Amino acid sequence: MENMVNVYFFGKKYTVPAEMTIMTAMEYAGYELKRGCGCRHGFCGACATIYRIKGKNELKTCLACSTQVQEGMYIASIPFFPTDKRTYEIKDLKPNQQVMMELYPEIYSCIGCNACTKACTQSLNVMQYIAYAQRGDFEKCAEESFDCVSCGCCSVRCPAGISHPMVGLLARRLNGKYVAPEAEHLTKRVAEINNGEFDSMIEQIMQKPITEMKELYNNREIEK
Amino acid sequence: MYAPYPENMMESIKKVEATRAERMATEPRRLTADEKDALLNEFHPDRKPDAFAEIKIGPNKGQKAPLELAKMLHSTSRILNEKIDLSKIDYDVDVLVIGGGGAGSSCAIEAHNAGANVMIVTKLRIGDANTMMAEGGIQAADKENDSPVQHYLDCFGGGHFDAKPELVKRLVMEAPDAIKWLNELGVEFDKSEDGRMVTTHGGGTSRKRMHAAKDYSGAEIMRTIRDEVLNLGIPVVEFTSVVELIKDDKGQVAGAVLLNMETGDFAVARAKTVVIATGGAGRMHYQGFPTSNHYGATADGLVLGYRAGASLRNQDSIQYHPTGAIYPSQILGALVTEKVRSVGAQLVNVNGEAYIHPLETRDVNASGVIRECKEGRGVEVPGGAQGVWLDTPMIEILGGEGTIEKRIPAMFRMYMNYGIDMRKVPIVIYPTLHYQNGGLEIDGDGFTSIPNLLVAGEAAGGIHGTNRLMGNSLLDVIVFGRNAGKQAAKKYKSVTLGNMNLDHVQSYDAELVKAGCKTDEVSPLLLPKYARHER
Repeated sequence: MENMVNVYFFGKKYTVPAEMTIMTAMEYAGYELKRGCGCRHGFCGACATIYRIKGKNELKTCLACSTQVQEGMYIASIPFFPTDKRTYEIKDLKPNQQVMMELYPEIYSCIGCNACTKACTQSLNVMQYIAYAQRGDFEKCAEESFDCVSCGCCSVRCPAGISHPMVGLLARRLNGKYVAPEAEHLTKRVAEINNGEFDSMIEQIMQKPITEMKELYNNREIEK
Repeated sequence: MYAPYPENMMESIKKVEATRAERMATEPRRLTADEKDALLNEFHPDRKPDAFAEIKIGPNKGQKAPLELAKMLHSTSRILNEKIDLSKIDYDVDVLVIGGGGAGSSCAIEAHNAGANVMIVTKLRIGDANTMMAEGGIQAADKENDSPVQHYLDCFGGGHFDAKPELVKRLVMEAPDAIKWLNELGVEFDKSEDGRMVTTHGGGTSRKRMHAAKDYSGAEIMRTIRDEVLNLGIPVVEFTSVVELIKDDKGQVAGAVLLNMETGDFAVARAKTVVIATGGAGRMHYQGFPTSNHYGATADGLVLGYRAGASLRNQDSIQYHPTGAIYPSQILGALVTEKVRSVGAQLVNVNGEAYIHPLETRDVNASGVIRECKEGRGVEVPGGAQGVWLDTPMIEILGGEGTIEKRIPAMFRMYMNYGIDMRKVPIVIYPTLHYQNGGLEIDGDGFTSIPNLLVAGEAAGGIHGTNRLMGNSLLDVIVFGRNAGKQAAKKYKSVTLGNMNLDHVQSYDAELVKAGCKTDEVSPLLLPKYARHER
């Protein structure tokens, strides 16, 4: 018999194999998941989950797909969280402090409790990236928030009502578009293509018989 | 000593460590064309005849498809016995996009920007898609020593010369513009201080043209274009699948029957053009393989399109990514990005031998892993399965301390989650079901043979031939997604719809009955059946 543990989904007890994740354990228990299940590999943030170990006080947050079950886990998935995304035209924004003040003014109500950081399923320093956003330091905010999967666990716990993932996202878009230097070789190549500089060469290669293509492919030089 | 693995694995690691210095000094030899063919023939899962069945009806009648896909093509429509009132229109749009992944979202943005009234329907949430999970990068020939022609050669040759030339042409010629478009939307590509893109090799590339955003490349692209869809106010109907296309009495596609995944209610969408952007099929678990794909990757679009009369292409060509996680069990099938090899890790067998070049094309490397395991040179993991080592500590030696956390933080996190520090010990991998190389056939402009029906992204066939290169799928979803949006926005203006009907659903079913191949199942699958029921 496999090593089993007792867990509680929404308060109801199930006995499940100890090696499972919360997500696979729910399926083992018979749940047909629709909400709270996305990429199943830790990239999409669909499976934000809150749990407490029986007898312990601390409330924990995690991704159900990436967290192994433990004995006595009381588990509630968060099927949806009303994160507050503001809309904007990225091309009309300027990468200055004013942007955050206008779009996400509540970040200045942060009381420094650090509950967001403790709740982060990716172990990011969430409060720190909010601090960078407050100062209009988008480069640092982008870097610090980069691994965010927008599960929303930070926002669930925030007494100031901040939608942290949305703040990080705005900072990254501003950084990617305005702050990071332009890739000149890219701009140049796009212009060359638009000027038709590759048109005849591409037509030529498309017309080549397969035997010649094979020859070209098998003998092509590979950059070291 | 740090020992996160059982004893037999730690014993093998000693051999891996013993050969590391020597292996690092010599790049493994590339295989010749003949050697590759022989390896593929003997070990690639696509070459296993009993894993395929003949398609019995429809445009591809007589051709092969994976057993599980053939079964879906031979199954009953979910609305065959439902009374759907097509006169009650719930949504009326110019462009209906089915699927909210990378292709669907970029399609919707371009259609909107071209002035069309566009709507996305998606089975889960917008962004719940394989695009979100793409790790390694996106190709584009934008460096001085590279050109779209070189990219064409790599793509066409890597796909065994089976792709449609006009599709490869679009892919490579529009690649730099796709990167520029994403960058201008705010996607953060890895750049050096002067703005030059940091680019690396992928399997089968002849130039370093892999652009990345750490190893969250797809996530960074997906969350940015999703944000843009929302900023533009494009309607997104989530937790709603399409269960059939609707046609009109002129034989055109005219909309779709929608199913609310939560309430079970049907709705009708009328549309002058429809874009299928439903993605891949990993959750069909062909040949019992685990998968790197997201929960909704169930080939729905192929079934919908085929039933409406569109043809498939290369539907019997599946990509098994050589490096899926095989241990620990919690991450079985999860993708270990090819970038791990791009930044230096070698594939090493139980004896510590680098038995192959780590950047052969994916089909070749997957076959190599399977060969090592079948011939007794695999590493046994708890539970009895086998894999080979991916020698990750090499990355830190080559690139300096901290390279792993900087370049592949998602991989580092995934393994650390289970107490495995890939900076110190190698990880063990085995092929995972990753990508549907084929799909619904499109022409150079993204249209199928059914009027007003387009396909974009992984659901489309013909772009990658019978093997896709790393970084050409993120590229494909953006290039062909954008293209489909522009084409649909141009097309709808000249479309006049006739009377809508679902006759094709009835006639397809009659054909199934006549051919005697109808299964007891319904299709499309929509979601895999993972729940264990005791009853």
